[in-house]
This record gives sequence, structure tokens and C-alpha cells, in this order.
Amino acid sequence: MSWTRQHLLDIESLTVEEINTVLDTARAFKAVGERTIKKVPALRGKTVVNLFVEPSTRTRTSFELSEQRLSADIINFTAEASSLKKGETLKDTARNLEALNVDFIVMRHTAAGAPHFLSRVLDAHVINAGDGAHEHPTQALLDTFTIREKKGRVAGLNVTILGDVLYSRVARSDIWALTKLGANVTLCGPSTLVPRTFEQMGCRVTYNVEEAIREADVINLLRIQHERQRKTMFPGINEYTTLFGLNQTRLAMTKPDALIMHPGPINRGVEIDSDIADSGRSVILEQVTNGLAVRMAALFLVNGGKGPQEIEG
Amino acid sequence: MTDLDRFVLSMSDTITLLNAPAIQRALTRIAHEVAESNEDSAAVAIVGIQRGGVLLAQRLQEILTGLWAHPVPTGALDVSLHRDDLNHRVAPRLQPTLIPFDVTGKTVVLVDDVLFSGRTIRAAMDALNDFGRPQRIQLAVLIDRGHRELPIKADFVGKNVPTAHAEVVRVNFSETGAADSVVLQKP
Repeated sequence: MSWTRQHLLDIESLTVEEINTVLDTARAFKAVGERTIKKVPALRGKTVVNLFVEPSTRTRTSFELSEQRLSADIINFTAEASSLKKGETLKDTARNLEALNVDFIVMRHTAAGAPHFLSRVLDAHVINAGDGAHEHPTQALLDTFTIREKKGRVAGLNVTILGDVLYSRVARSDIWALTKLGANVTLCGPSTLVPRTFEQMGCRVTYNVEEAIREADVINLLRIQHERQRKTMFPGINEYTTLFGLNQTRLAMTKPDALIMHPGPINRGVEIDSDIADSGRSVILEQVTNGLAVRMAALFLVNGGKGPQEIEG
Repeated sequence: MTDLDRFVLSMSDTITLLNAPAIQRALTRIAHEVAESNEDSAAVAIVGIQRGGVLLAQRLQEILTGLWAHPVPTGALDVSLHRDDLNHRVAPRLQPTLIPFDVTGKTVVLVDDVLFSGRTIRAAMDALNDFGRPQRIQLAVLIDRGHRELPIKADFVGKNVPTAHAEVVRVNFSETGAADSVVLQKP
């Protein structure tokens, strides 16, 4: 079992074996994060550019710390401070970065497919940190890592994704990863945000929240993405909370060991009651910890060269 | 694989260097040498290098525990993240690192199955330093096959085997299903 890809662009193109390679590698990196000295020299001398054309705090911080723990040198590059604002094309920005001999580009962009484009025009390793509403592969990998760690497996579990699926790259990547690994995925939310077309990805779609969560082993809550909604897709936040928010009454209907997950940032009192977010059922902060391990694993794996995996020595 | 490759492969020789009793004798001798060179047995800890070294470390621990009549702290170390060849190979599969004791002040006996270029041991010493500052590091190997690329020398050797660079030395362990043996494969 090995990983020979030079980039991590999406989950859709990964095999089950490749997903498991990332998860197994991440387990080793999680142990590194628990040591007194949390830094390893695996990417010493390598330069990583965090090219965040769309604002992000938590994903960028997580990537940045992962890169530091692998001993890489880091350049942070945000849309507000970049020449993209001055009219430079993405390709020219990337070419300029490459002229600086950078080894990795971790990229978030508003346009779906932007990281794929970069990977075709550059020699550097490209990692997708979220492209439009398309994919967010490291989030899906940390979600499946957390599920596997907590439940011991992914196959056969009932996973419900609740909320704004239409505008969510996390949902798309999660659906790919979970269905590939054999989970039964149910989507639920306002019908305007959870169109039935998602059934083509192998999911069940329901608009009845009680039914969606009753048999779930994992409930993954998604934030309503106000910034991506060009027109109002539902009457109001209060109505969303009433119809779909996870409150104590609904929590009581779930399996007692169902995990509550959320990719963050959480809107307390909207998609989740404040006390549920802080309860023992919630693994939201463990997802953050696991995010570091998964991102270290992704950087480490795409860095691999062409030679044999096993070396005598 | 071409027909020619298959033909060449079928011609390749495999020589058994050590059988199961010989491996056990070598480990017993190494354990006695470790005991002899460490008067303060309470300061000794054993760390096996993933993967073959870990199984050997467990067996050494059993023998030393018998000799000293006290438990000997034992750990496992994966050196992949400290290797100097990560750019030239497919990313290695990481194995667990478990050091369930404080290495600071200890005499750590690193254990590996085959000593070859010495680069694994260099990586192991760096990796170990992340866990503390051992008083001393010693090296025990089952096979020393020569061809060192770094100034590294084993303190305890099961068997010295002169080899050609292209030959492969393989150690099989009963823990992994095969019978205990060390074999030399000619190219």
C-alpha cells in the first residue's frame, strides 16, 4: 500500500486504499503531536506557500502549524495583500511563486477547479484547501479519521449530514470519502439547500430531521453559508433553527452513542444548541486536533519521490 | 517483468545465513555482552527500530529480564520522519513509535536487524533525541553486512556477513508467520 500522487486535489479521484493510507499516516502524525517535541524534520528545507485567495482562519492556521511541525519554511499569501487584487492572473501569480522555487502550494480559492489548474501548470505539489463549493479534501479526511478513531470503522455506519449541503464543499468531499469507505450517508436540510440530485452521489436525501438523525451513528452539522448564498434560500435563521437545529429534544431521539461533528466555525444557537456543542457527545475540538495530523500526513505523502518505498539501511 | 527477468530471478541464489537456533544463540550472546558492558543495569533501556528491530528488542528484553531479574524498559522507534532520503522514494509507511519511559540519563541500546549504510541508525539517533538526552546510546544488530556510508559502528553484533552491495539480506521472524531465519539473496 502506498501513495504516489504528487498533489491532493480532491477526494473524488482517490481510491479507498489511498484514503486509508492518508488515515494510517495521520495516526502516526497524531502521536508526534502528543510528544514534548512536536516537530519532525521530514520537510526540512522545503518551502510551502499558503495561497489563500478566499479568507480562512482555521484551515490556514491548521495548515500553517502542520507545515511548521514538519520543519518546512512558510510564506502566507492572502487575497487582500496579494497582486491578484492588482489584476494579476492566477497563473501569473503561481508562476511568480514558482520562480521563487517553492515546493508546495496549499491553496484556497473561490473558483472550483483552481487547484487542479495550478497542478497542471506548475511543478510544485498542490494541496487543495477548499475550492469554491467543489471540494475540501483535508476536511473530509479529518472527518473520516475522527469517525474511524471514535467508532473503530467507517464501513456500515449511518452518517447524517445536516444543513447547507448545496453550497458546502465539505459536504461534497465528505460524501465522496464516506461512500467510498462504505458508510450509509443521509443528507437533510431545507429542500432548497439539499436538492435530490445528491442522490446521484449515492446518498439518501430526506427533509424530515427526526427521521434523518434517529438511526445515525454520526451527525455532521454544517453551517449555513450566508456568504455563498446569492439569494435567500430559506425564510430565515429562526425558521432554520426551529426546523433543523440540533436541540435537546432532537438529541434525545438519537442513538446514545451518536457522534456530533461540525467542521466549524459553529453558530451557537443556530444549527446546534450551545450546551450540545460543549457536551461529551461532541467531537468538534477533536476534529481540530485531528486536522493537524491529517494535514501533516497529506504534506508528507505528496512529498514522496519516485524511488522504492522500502529501503534497506 | 520480461521473460529474461524471470529467467534471471530463477537463477538467483538464496543462502541461509542463520537458522532459528543460531538466531537465538546470537541474541543470547548479545544479551550477555550488553549485561557485561552495563554494570548499572537499572539505567539500561532497549529501543527497537521499526520494523525488524522491534521484534528483536522484545526478545532481547526477555533474555535481559531473566539475567537481571528486573524489568527492562523497552520501546519502539520509527525513524522514517528523520531519514535523509525522503525526496528520493515513495513516502514510507509510518509505523508506531512508543517510548514509554524517559530516555534522559538512560543507556539506550538501539536494536536493528541489519546494519548496512548506517543511515537508519543516524536517523534513529536524531529521532531518539526528540524524546530526551540519553546518557549513552549503544547499538546492537543481528547482522552487520558492511558497506557503511557513515561513521557508525555497532557495539554488539550477532554475525558479520561480508556481502556484495547489490545483494539483499532478509530477516524473517516467527512473529510474522515465517520461521526464524536470516537469508542472503544474490541478485
